[in-house]
This record gives sequence, structure tokens and C-alpha cells, in this order.
Amino acid sequence: MTKIEFLSHLENKLNSLPENEIKKTIDFYSEIIDDRIEDGLNEDDAVAALGNLNELVNTTLLDAPLTTLMKAKIKPKKRLKAWEIVLIILGFPLWFPLLIGFFAVILGVYVSIWAIIISLYVTVASFILGGIASVFILFFSQSFPAGLFAFGCSLCLIGLGALLFFPVKKLSIWLIQITGLFLRWIKSLFINKEVL
Amino acid sequence: MDIQLKRGVLEICILTILNHNDSYGYQIIKDAQPYINISESTLYPILKRLESNGSLTVYSVEHNSRLRKYYKITPIGQEKINTFLDDWKEIMLVYNFIDEEMKEVKHD
Repeated sequence: MTKIEFLSHLENKLNSLPENEIKKTIDFYSEIIDDRIEDGLNEDDAVAALGNLNELVNTTLLDAPLTTLMKAKIKPKKRLKAWEIVLIILGFPLWFPLLIGFFAVILGVYVSIWAIIISLYVTVASFILGGIASVFILFFSQSFPAGLFAFGCSLCLIGLGALLFFPVKKLSIWLIQITGLFLRWIKSLFINKEVL
Repeated sequence: MDIQLKRGVLEICILTILNHNDSYGYQIIKDAQPYINISESTLYPILKRLESNGSLTVYSVEHNSRLRKYYKITPIGQEKINTFLDDWKEIMLVYNFIDEEMKEVKHD
């Protein structure tokens, strides 16, 4: 691939970014290719040394903040006509709540995932605390069998809590990873499909 | 290496190269080569991040009738290097402890 081809492919695939961001990225890679050629590589090799184009586009896009991706998507390609501006103003009661709703959904997913994690840990803690607390029943029990029963119960509870701790830890790490994937997914909504 | 850790180390590595003298993209990659492998697609986002958090500034110089972007470290960037060195002093203490301890276990 020639330098011009590579850069124009790159430019096309980055089109979900704002214009100045695209220009900066193109300039950066153009400079690197020129420097490599100056260093003695031929044009083909200099371009090939940059690696896979799609991977490069992916890292660039996913690195951009969500708000930048959204702005680029929402920003009109041409100047707005007067009636379009009127429509946007009149439509405010409609699109503004929708926008708030969009962010609220994202927030909601985050909060609920964290709520699950917290509740899992609270469950484990309550087992163990319950077990420890029921040891004290021993001292107030009227008969030996009742005391033995309470002691057995407390051992069961502590054991259950200890046993549950490790799967809960695994599960919460996995859930936190899901929040990361979720954010990537939201971002990918604003990146053109053919790129990903 | 863990991705998050590598990213942090790369940032400091780039800042250290710039602390020596101002440099441009391709030269930074070549200077880092003996120590750590940086690809262009990792370098670009890191430079962008360092610029936006004020660790470096950018200026253009004409070279062979084209523009080349040079990166210059700022006091904020230099402060980052010093913080890194301080942090790693502590980490190295723990590293040495773990290393020694594991050697002893092997010998026993």
C-alpha cells in the first residue's frame, strides 16, 4: 500500500472523530512514514511497519472519550438551515429528556452492577457474622443438646461464609470487567459499524 | 506485562527520553527500542494524553520541506518522572524482599 492510500483509508475509517482530531492523527502517521522512508525503507515497507490498519483505527477510536465520539456523531456535516434550528429548539422538550434518559440508563447499569457486588459481599459477611453471633447463644442455652445445636449452626454458618467468599470475589472481578466491556459497547454505538 | 502497568511505564519512559532533549515521534520510538518496544499506535494515544494533561508541549519544525512535530517536556512532566522514581523506590524494596524470600524457599 502506498502512503497516500494508507492515509486516505485511515481518514475514511476515522470519520466518527471530530475533524481536527482526524487531521492530527493523519499528520502523525504521515510524519512517521516520511521519517521511516528517510531512514532508508521503501514506501511499501514504511507503511507495512505501521501494522494492521484496522487495529490502529480501533485503538485510536476506543481511546477517544465518549463525549468526543458523541459530539462528532451529533455535529452536523453541513451548516444547519433556519428551519432545522427552529425544529431543534421546538423539539427541546422531546430530545432533552431522551438525552438525560440515555445517560440515566448508563448510570443505572453501573449502579446496579455495583449494587450486586456489594450485596454479594454483604451476604458473605452476614453469614460469618451470624455464625459468630450464634456462638454466644451457647452461653444462654438451657440444656446441653440445645447448646450443641446452636454451636453446630454457628459452625455451619461460618463455614458457608468462608466457602462463599472466593466465588464471590471471582464473580465481582468478572462483574467489574463487564462494566468495562459495557462502556466499550456504548462507545462502539458511536463508531461506524464498518470500522469495527 | 499487565497492560495498565505497561502504559504507565511507557508514559514515564517517553517523558524521560524527552527530558534528555526535545524529540519527534519516530525518534522517540527508536530511542526507546533498546528498553521497551513501542508501536506507533501505542505511542500516539500516549503523546496525546501527555499533551492534554500538560506533561508536554508540541511545536513544529520544518524539515526537508515538511513539518515535523517536536515534543517538549514541561515541569509537570518532570514532576511525573520524580514521582515515578519515588514510588518505585518503595516498590523495589518489596520486590527485593519477595525475591530474597523466594530464593531462600528454593534453597531449603
